[in-house]
Amino acid sequence: MAVAKQKLSVPFDYDKYLRKDKLPHIWCPGCGHGIVLKSLLRAIDNKELSKNDLCMVSGIGCSSRTPGYVDFNTLHTIHGRAFSFATGLKLAKPSLKMIIATGDGDAMAIGGNHFIHTCRRNIDMLIIVYSNAIYGMTGGQFSPTTPIGSIATTSRYGNVEPPFDICEMAKAAGATFVARGTAYHTQELERTFTEALGHKGTAVVEVIDSCPIYFGRMNKQRGASEMMENIEKNGTVSVKQVDKLPAEKTEGKLVRGILHRVEKPEYCEQYDKLIVAKATK
Amino acid sequence: MAAKKKLMQGNEACAEGALYAGCKFYAGYPITPSTEVAEIMSVELPKRGGKFIQMEDEIASMAATIGGSLAGLKSLTATSGPGFSLKQEALGYACLTEVPCVVINVMRGGPSTGYPTGPSQSDIMQAKWGTHGDHPAIALTPAYVQEILDETVRAFNLSEKYRTPVVVLYDEIVGHMREPITIPEPGDLEVIDRAKPDCDPEDYKPYDDKHLIAPLAPFGEGYRFHVTGLNHKEDGFPTNDSEMIDINNRRIMQKIDDNIDDICKNDESNLEDAEIGIFAVGSTSRSAKFSVNAARKKSIKAGLLRPLTIWPFPDKAVGELAEKCKVIIVPELNLGQMVNEVKRVAAGRCEVVGIHRVDGEPIKPAQITELIEKYS
Ligand SMILES: Cc1ncc(C[n+]2csc(CCOP(=O)(O)OP(=O)(O)O)c2C)c(N)n1
Ligand code: SF4
Ligand SMILES: [Mg+2]
Repeated sequence: MAVAKQKLSVPFDYDKYLRKDKLPHIWCPGCGHGIVLKSLLRAIDNKELSKNDLCMVSGIGCSSRTPGYVDFNTLHTIHGRAFSFATGLKLAKPSLKMIIATGDGDAMAIGGNHFIHTCRRNIDMLIIVYSNAIYGMTGGQFSPTTPIGSIATTSRYGNVEPPFDICEMAKAAGATFVARGTAYHTQELERTFTEALGHKGTAVVEVIDSCPIYFGRMNKQRGASEMMENIEKNGTVSVKQVDKLPAEKTEGKLVRGILHRVEKPEYCEQYDKLIVAKATK
Repeated sequence: MAAKKKLMQGNEACAEGALYAGCKFYAGYPITPSTEVAEIMSVELPKRGGKFIQMEDEIASMAATIGGSLAGLKSLTATSGPGFSLKQEALGYACLTEVPCVVINVMRGGPSTGYPTGPSQSDIMQAKWGTHGDHPAIALTPAYVQEILDETVRAFNLSEKYRTPVVVLYDEIVGHMREPITIPEPGDLEVIDRAKPDCDPEDYKPYDDKHLIAPLAPFGEGYRFHVTGLNHKEDGFPTNDSEMIDINNRRIMQKIDDNIDDICKNDESNLEDAEIGIFAVGSTSRSAKFSVNAARKKSIKAGLLRPLTIWPFPDKAVGELAEKCKVIIVPELNLGQMVNEVKRVAAGRCEVVGIHRVDGEPIKPAQITELIEKYS
């Protein structure tokens, strides 16, 4: 499916959405997390969403520190459980526009069960997985998305575990919008977020992201720019090109773009339609 | 209007009490012997504009319950032993972030899966120390079906008033027992709602230390604030400032310490001239009451102190008991939890002896009577 073309608004006033007095942020120089946030804020602006309705919930990790910097209703919870806190909030107050900021460790390891059940319910929320293939915050241990062979502080001999494909998992679990972007392709990411924010139901966007400090240093990608270059050249291929390219050019690469989009009944709406309607008859 | 009398099961009375208190949100995961609470809430909440959700486990249930409360709804979850263990990390989060909510733990035999259909009182200490770190704890211990209703209402009131989670502990016997009770009419029981801010959103501080308990704004109503489980400042944002961390960590404890008399509640019988004191909660306290009455018939000066609030511990009442009694007997369905607290407070002023049972059977009056007679 093609990503809809949107007019990009340059220059852009990020201050409108940031808690400026909470800056500088905690992220290391060269970390991809801030880039992801910029694309998100532009997408929020494209959708003209109200800050009073926006609710950002996160778990624990470097990526999960995002809510502290945005001027919305913000909740920084416990490791892996952001989805469950957010489910309570959304069901209790459906007018909230939910965005989950989570990491590959937060969402796929400790929060894996909540992730799949959230997708299954198709409750209206945008889940952004900052996917850097490492536990950044705790100092570089391997995560459920670390590639086989990669070095981490707990896989000094190379990781033996096969990684999850987050998008496949989201789709299989029932998410009705699934996309993948990267911290390098920022304009495409903005468009993807814009589409995702317009979707009713559980939308999952995996963002291939970089942790130069731990993943990069341990895996011979010495600088932040080198990591970005790697994402650009070697890591991914656009969903628009994947069918046109020869197999050797797509082998081992992750596909970028909107990968899955279907219309299905949303949880809170179903709750009103099926449960409340019958209970109050 | 004539009071409504009804034959009710303990767990049913719990749901009835929650609804009376204005509970509008329930998230839970089924577990014996608490499941009836969820089943009733799933039927009743949607009729009253409330929300019910069955989550994928108890961790998610506790988290969703806190989420529901942050959205402004009075929120409840109910569970038993293994589920109570799973809730602990999120329960601590509610303590630190000061989000009101009520957690019902219908105690069953443990450890582990233990004895799902057997009564127990072995989560007394878990209700105080289950989650890591120093934190405030309020736990109530009803012993009669009527009391489960009344105490569930009180649990919501304390939770809303002190902006802290409140645990209601009762054993399987009381949870599954049926007794005739009076359903209160609106207005019969006090119902407290949390204070909401009336200041300008710009000036709102969710942890304003000018108040012992700051008003709590619901999410999505213009007060855009931050909630985190990290140590935080008055404005809710994380801090590394040791002075700030200290102030906040002490304040959340002080909320309880400064209000002990409001939170503690005891039922006392035959204590005026008692020489043999009994300290018991839940089903055990019912056996104890029977034994005290039997002893009195034989002119033995026995009396019962039955706390309805077990945390904070009723130091004052136990201290008074220790002053006048030669012995305090502590029957409990565990291998010694409350008894050590009673010993701490008695501090040698009288003898303290426990009666403990972990075979899935209740402590029967005969067991307590035997000890009373031994000391008489
Ligand atoms: C219950 C619990 N277990 C472990 C931790 C320690 N911990 C904090 S962050 C983290 C991993 C975060 O990794 P990820 O979600 O990928 O985020 P990143 O830092 O890479 O952005 C872990 C294991 C914790 N905070 N809580
Ligand atoms: S440790 Fe890695 S993920 Fe965390 S802020 Fe630094 S670069 Fe980013
Ligand atoms: Mg990570």
